[in-house]
Amino acid sequence: MSSSALAKAGVSRWFRRGPWEAGAMTLIGGGIVMLVQPWSIDLYSYSFVTILTGTVGYIIVSHFPE
Amino acid sequence: MDKMTTILQPDDATFPGVGGPAKSRSTRRVRGLSDRTIAWLFVAPTIALLLAINIFPLVWMIRLSFTSLNLSMSYLPLRFVGLDNFSDILNDEDVWIRLQTTAQFVIWSVALQVVIGFGLALLINRQFRGHSFWTTIILLPMMLSPAVVGNFWTLLLQPQIGPFNYVISLFTGVPPSSFSMTGQVSLAPWTIVLVDTWMWAPYVMLICLAGLRSIPDYIYEAAEVDRASPWRQFWSITLPMTVPFLMLAVLFRAIENFKMFDMVNLLTSGGPGSTTELVSITLKRAAFEKWRTGYSSALAIILFVTVFGAANIYVKALNKVKQR
Repeated sequence: MSSSALAKAGVSRWFRRGPWEAGAMTLIGGGIVMLVQPWSIDLYSYSFVTILTGTVGYIIVSHFPE
Repeated sequence: MDKMTTILQPDDATFPGVGGPAKSRSTRRVRGLSDRTIAWLFVAPTIALLLAINIFPLVWMIRLSFTSLNLSMSYLPLRFVGLDNFSDILNDEDVWIRLQTTAQFVIWSVALQVVIGFGLALLINRQFRGHSFWTTIILLPMMLSPAVVGNFWTLLLQPQIGPFNYVISLFTGVPPSSFSMTGQVSLAPWTIVLVDTWMWAPYVMLICLAGLRSIPDYIYEAAEVDRASPWRQFWSITLPMTVPFLMLAVLFRAIENFKMFDMVNLLTSGGPGSTTELVSITLKRAAFEKWRTGYSSALAIILFVTVFGAANIYVKALNKVKQR
């Protein structure tokens, strides 16, 4: 197997859509929970950054190959 | 043929620029347009309209969220404040409490809608006399405008003349004018949950009905051959096969209720005090009562990103249901 084919296989192994999408959706869900939870204002303060990261991440990873 | 020539000739003579060589040139040009160009010509007005009424206000709002604009003092020069508005909101305990109120409203109303909607779907899924009539009656509340629902429930819940308090007093013996569903701190949050459930449980019922009708009959027939009880059939067939549809209903209603404004604003205006003040009402107050445009734009962006993120999950769930 040539080095470029090996590199391609490595890239496609790491950049599969499924797990990355699941990760991004977990971030979004976690961020929403942080936004509305009644226990810690610190969690509330970091909620927007978490949701934004998850949402932007989701947009990017949804273009990854299946 | 002669007749046609006589009819057409005067026109060509009157407008020499339209007929003759000029006409054939323009026809050639139209014929020369590629399919792609024609498609763009048709789509361009829609894109222009979308840019003008959707994208431009959004970009403008993003710009304003980084400024200190206050419309009651619009004579002051626009000052760039960076992320200060976002930082203020994300450290403001009042907004945090309003978000918790919103979450409680979402959780209770969606939970009740799912339970009632699923129950109604199980009932409507059976064939009985007057089936179509009852389906239409159940679906009526969801067809009404939230403004109409807010107004007539305000009348229904009126302590002196509203019939709701009289019905409650019939069952409990409590004098009708001794309590106010929209005016008491302990009752107002449940009132908005009740009215929202009344309006949207039929919608959940429709989604669940689609799920129930998608289950093939042969699965139930096989279960009956295996002597599975109706209770067992419900837990092993009906519920698992309807769960994706239920998830869809939960996500859709949660997103809609997170944005809820009109009905609650008409019913309680966020009161008594700020007991039922959902975050959308806080946003309205910041923008159009305190005129803090920069601050309210930042809050709107936070809510937009939250709803957008949740909508991504919703679309993913929708695709899963479609693949089924």
